[in-house]
Amino acid sequence: MDAPVPPPDVKTTDTSRVDLLLIAEMVAPGSRVLDIGCGDGTLLRILSEKHGVDGRGIELSQAGVNQCVAQGLSVIQGDADTDLVHYPDAAFDYAILSRTIQATRNPRHVLEQLLRIGKRVVVSFPNFGHWRVRAQLMFGGRMPQTDNLPESWYNTPNIHLCTIKDFLALCKDMGAKVERGVSLNAYGTKLMSMPLAAQNLFGEQAVFLLSR
Amino acid sequence: MNETPGADSFAELKRRQQVTDPHSEVVHFPASEGLSLDSGAVLAPFSVAYKTYGTLNADKSNLVLVCHALTGDQHVANPHPVTGKPGWWETMVGPGKPIDTDRYFVLCPNVIGGCMGSTGPSSMNPETGRPYGPDFPVITLRDMVRAQARLLDHLGVDQVLSVIGGSMGGMQVLEWAATYKERVFSAIPIACAARHSSQNIAFHEVGRQAVMADPDWCGGHYHQEGKSPRKGLAVARMAAHITYLSDRALHTKFGRNLQDREEVTFGFDADFQVESYLRHQGMSFVDRFDANSYLYITRAMDYFDIAADHGGVLANAFAGTKTRFCLISFTSDWLFPTKESREVVHALNAVAANVSFVEIDSNKGHDAFLLHEPELFDTVRGFLSAAARQRGLDETATGA
Repeated sequence: MDAPVPPPDVKTTDTSRVDLLLIAEMVAPGSRVLDIGCGDGTLLRILSEKHGVDGRGIELSQAGVNQCVAQGLSVIQGDADTDLVHYPDAAFDYAILSRTIQATRNPRHVLEQLLRIGKRVVVSFPNFGHWRVRAQLMFGGRMPQTDNLPESWYNTPNIHLCTIKDFLALCKDMGAKVERGVSLNAYGTKLMSMPLAAQNLFGEQAVFLLSR
Repeated sequence: MNETPGADSFAELKRRQQVTDPHSEVVHFPASEGLSLDSGAVLAPFSVAYKTYGTLNADKSNLVLVCHALTGDQHVANPHPVTGKPGWWETMVGPGKPIDTDRYFVLCPNVIGGCMGSTGPSSMNPETGRPYGPDFPVITLRDMVRAQARLLDHLGVDQVLSVIGGSMGGMQVLEWAATYKERVFSAIPIACAARHSSQNIAFHEVGRQAVMADPDWCGGHYHQEGKSPRKGLAVARMAAHITYLSDRALHTKFGRNLQDREEVTFGFDADFQVESYLRHQGMSFVDRFDANSYLYITRAMDYFDIAADHGGVLANAFAGTKTRFCLISFTSDWLFPTKESREVVHALNAVAANVSFVEIDSNKGHDAFLLHEPELFDTVRGFLSAAARQRGLDETATGA
């Protein structure tokens, strides 16, 4: 059992999910984590193998859940919109919602629940304020489709897209404290020193650490 | 069901032999060490018959307890001593199987109330020197679990690596996790619920009434009368068997196909294959099962309601639990639908327990947990390996 843990199977060159590594950085080692919308369990695996985290997951797709559990991860089939109410207050050190908030029916309610059950909340989402998105709508006159948002308007699960500014406005409105915020450009590089307006233009995705 | 009396006496004899002299290990607890039951009665003396597979490791940390279903028994992975058929979970338990007996020590006790060597209504009543029959005390699933805990005490095992079971076995798993929190490292309740639904009680009542309506039941004293309510028990099994399948499974298997004939006979023979199949299920069941055991065990299931035992709140039953749970349900199971498992998951979430929940897409109905379901095997294998890792079991070590 003391054998060195192999590095998790995540390609850091995969810029589309570089947010997962960023999220993992924000989570203190050994903490209790709930990953909502955990997909195939990539983040949970990174967290438990690299950071010694006690991780649980919720995933909407049954195939994702079964895949996770067969790998030994603690995951249940559930819906962020309806199933978070069953957890007690402050049950987790971190509640993580990676690239899922834009697919929920009621993002504000979900965020409210996250802030209730997690002492801290990590949210990542694709930024709809990115210049490519703006350009497609402005010059093409069509609903934007990007690497991060590949589906057509009629079959996308992303029904509540927002920009970085939109998200921060919601946080302010809800009284959530932003402890950290990082936006990433298309190459997965952090845009740290830019003003907010520029991050909102050049950031393709964003990760925020919140608390109450 | 043109059955000649006595034709099955050999099977009957073999079955009755299992009550007193089972083809498995058995531990006898003397009258001084009786089992206190939920009803207030004390079962003393009592015996627990059990099978084991694999080897218990030195620190006794690799035991996987298998709880059997209503009509199951301890013969999980060996030919059945009465029917000669393969063990009921040979797909799941064995060397290299999901519950790998090269790695884990597997223990399956026959439930009390059963008829395969653990004390039940066909066992000898020490007060009369005759089989208990209807004088056997009514038992609960918690009583069954208590008896199993006594067996673990006897084997010197404090904590099981995992307790697993489907249907009534899964209900026992939940009872284990609620009653003996510190003794259960991980729990895998499959195709079950935290309480028996009204519909399920209704089906059981139909079965029991069929048994009791058979004149050969003799008010429960059929052993003394040298009789056996075979027809009543067969009908009970036929009705129950339908609930273990699904509409689609029945349709796929039989459709409206006729049995060995070209046309319907305008009579009450088994014209349809499905009738013939059910009759066969009924008749072969009575060769291996005791009618009174069927009454007592179905009753135990009916009384099962964990929330009621904990102030009406299911979550209370699991407060403070450190057990790792993995619940599994099947899409076409209408006897224990997914909704019931999800309620348990919600209760476990409410106490922030470590829980996994998998619903498996299957058209085989409730019985899917006994059948070839690769996703079930992957889930159990993955979850159990992770539990073993957490428990500090060596990846490669065998039980030796």
